[in-house]
Amino acid sequence: MQVFNKLKGIVAPLEAVNVDTDQIIPKQFLKRIERTGYESMLFYDWRYLNDGKTLNPDFELNAPRYEGASILLAKDNFGCGSSREHAPWALDNYGFRCIIAPSYADIFYNNCFNNGMLPIMLPSDIVEELFDEVRAHAGYQLEIDLEAQVIRKPGGESIAFDLAPFFRERLLNGWDQIGLTLRHEAMISAYESGRGFQPVGS
Amino acid sequence: MAKNIYEKIWEAHVVHEPAGEDAILYIDRHYVHEVTSPQAFEGLRLTGRKVRRPELTFATMDHNIPTTDRSVPIRDPLSKQQVETLKQNCAEAGVECFDMHDRRNGIVHVIGPELGLTLPGMTIVCGDSHTSTHGALGALAHGIGTSEVEHVLATQTLLQKKSKTMEVRVNGALPVGLTAKDIILAIIGKIGTAGGTGYVIEFTGEAIRALSMEGRMTVCNMTIEGGARAGLISPDEKTFEYLKGRAYLPKDKSWDALVAGWKAWASEPGCTYDTLVELNAADIEPQVTWGTSPGMVTGISGKTPVVSELQGVEKLAAASALKYMDLGEGMPLSEVTINKMFLGSCTNGRLEDLRAAAKVAKGHKVHPSIQQALVVPGSHEVKQQAEAEGIDAIFREAGFEWREAGCSMCLAMNDDFLLPGDRCASTSNRNFEGRQGKGGRTHLVSPAMAVAAAITGHFTDIRTWNFND
Ligand code: SF4
Repeated sequence: MQVFNKLKGIVAPLEAVNVDTDQIIPKQFLKRIERTGYESMLFYDWRYLNDGKTLNPDFELNAPRYEGASILLAKDNFGCGSSREHAPWALDNYGFRCIIAPSYADIFYNNCFNNGMLPIMLPSDIVEELFDEVRAHAGYQLEIDLEAQVIRKPGGESIAFDLAPFFRERLLNGWDQIGLTLRHEAMISAYESGRGFQPVGS
Repeated sequence: MAKNIYEKIWEAHVVHEPAGEDAILYIDRHYVHEVTSPQAFEGLRLTGRKVRRPELTFATMDHNIPTTDRSVPIRDPLSKQQVETLKQNCAEAGVECFDMHDRRNGIVHVIGPELGLTLPGMTIVCGDSHTSTHGALGALAHGIGTSEVEHVLATQTLLQKKSKTMEVRVNGALPVGLTAKDIILAIIGKIGTAGGTGYVIEFTGEAIRALSMEGRMTVCNMTIEGGARAGLISPDEKTFEYLKGRAYLPKDKSWDALVAGWKAWASEPGCTYDTLVELNAADIEPQVTWGTSPGMVTGISGKTPVVSELQGVEKLAAASALKYMDLGEGMPLSEVTINKMFLGSCTNGRLEDLRAAAKVAKGHKVHPSIQQALVVPGSHEVKQQAEAEGIDAIFREAGFEWREAGCSMCLAMNDDFLLPGDRCASTSNRNFEGRQGKGGRTHLVSPAMAVAAAITGHFTDIRTWNFND
C-alpha cells in the first residue's frame, strides 16, 4: 500500500453535504474489474454536461485554479451510501490523497485507509473557515503532516487533528492489512478449531 | 451483568485484540457479488494468497443481470465480463456461486435468509452496504469495501472497532395500512442520515416484535441509511419459525438444539445501550421521501419544506434537493405526480411485499400517465412462489410489467433505468441524485404506496384505498 507521510498540495472545495458514493462515482462505472483508471469518472454527473464529455463550467472543481488539487475540502457525512470502494479509488486516481471534512460515513472512512488515503475530521467551524480561505486565495495550498498530526496553513498557522493511532501507523508505514492480520494466523486457527465452523451458541 | 445481543456476538467472535489496534473479528458468513469482488480476487492472485474458508463464502449475481429473458446473453460487454469473472473466480477458489440461471439466484440480501445461510448469532459481511438486512435474524451483519472483502477472503476475519450501541424502540401497534418501510423511513427521518454513525442499532418494542421476519428485514436493510454500522433484532419464535426447513441449515444438529443455541443470543432483560431513541407506532403515517436523501421524508399528509424556515446545513441540503427534484416549497406530497414505478429491491422485493402490493393492485389499472411500472421479485424463489399464488397475473392484468429477479432499477446498472426528468415511486432504499438513472427523481415509499401511486398517478394515502377483495 502507498505510504502517506507529508503532503503539500492545492485544496479544492466541494460545496455539498451528504455527498454519497453514487455522486462520487455513478454505477455505470462499477462494471469494470480493475482498481485503476477511474479518474475521468469522478463526480461524473456533476463534472460533465449532459453529453458526458464537456466539462460543466458551474462545477467548482472544474475551475482552472483547482487543477492538480490533491486535498479535497468537503462537508458533513461525506461518502455516505454504498460500500463501493470505487469511490476512494476514483478520488485517488484523480489525485486526491487527503480529504478534510467535519464527518464521514463509516464504510467510506475505512475504505480510505485501505487505499493509503487520509480522511481528516475537523470541527465544522474550522472546515468552514478553510472553505472561506480556499475561495479567497487562488492557488491556496495546505501542508499535511501525518507524523505530527497537523495541517499547516500558508501563513504558518497549524491545525492539529485526531486520528486513531493504528490508522496513523498503517498509513505512515504503508502496511498491507492482510499481512498484518496474518501475523496472528495461529490465533485464527486456534479460534476455528476451538469453535468449529457452525455459528456458536449451539 | 445483562448483555445485549451486539455485546454477545462481539465477544464470541473476537479472535484477538492486539494492543492499540482494532480487534480481529471472526466472520461466519461471507457473501460475494459481481460488482465489489473482482478486484479482491485479483488482489489475492497478485499476492499469491488463497481463500481461507471457501465453504463459508457464497456468491450470487444480482446487480448487473438483466430482468428480461434470461436465455438471451447479456448485451452489455462490461456487465457480461463482470458476471463471468465472478463465476470464474468462484470456480477457482471453490466458492459456491448461484449464477443467474440457478434457481437459488437472487439479490444477495434476499437469498441469504431465504436459503437459511443467515442464522442468529453469526457475523456476516458482504461488499455491499445493505448487508445490514441480515441483522433481522439476529446476526451481526455489515457492509465492507473491496479491500476488506479481500481481507475476509484471505483471513476469514475482519478488523473492527467495537461500536457504540443504540436502542431504537418502536412502541405500540402500527396502524392498519402501515408497513415496516414506513417505520424505518420514520426512524431515519427522526435520527437523520448520519444519526447512527458509529453505532450498531438494536430495534426493539412491540411494533418491531409484531413485524413478520420479512418486515424486520426491511427495517434492518435501511439501517445503513441512518448511518449505523449494523441493525439487529433479537431472535424470537418468529425467527425460528422462519428458519424451519430452510435449505442450508446445519444438518448435524437436532432442531431443538439449534433453537436453544439461537435463543441464547437474544438481548437479556435489563441490558443497557449507549443511547435510546423512542417512537410511537401510532404516530407514524405512510411515508414518502421528497428529497435526495432518505432522511428527507414526511408523512403522506405532509408537505415539502419551506427553505427559508430551515437553517444551516439543512437549508443548503433542502434547497439543492428541491431543485434537483423539481418540486416547489410547501407543496403537499399528495399532489406530486409520477410517471414511473419500481417495486422490488432487497428492501421490498420479498413475497410479503408482493402480496401486499398485489392486494392494492387487484381490480385496478395502472394510470394512463405512467410510462413504466416494473415489478421485480427479489429472488427466483420469490418469483416462483408469487407465480404459484397468481400474484403475477394480478399485476399483469393491472398493467404492470412482471420481471425476472435482480437489483434492477434500485441502482439501474442493467437496462432498467430512469430517463432524465422521470419521477418514480420506488420501494428501494436510496433516493440519491441519479441513483435510478441520471436526472431521474426517486420517491421512496412502501410497496402498497408505490402501487397506489401507479394506479392514481400521484401519491395517495393507502389508508383510504378502495380494496377489491
Ligand atoms: S437491491 Fe439495490 S440496495 Fe439491494 S443489493 Fe441490489 S442494488 Fe444494493
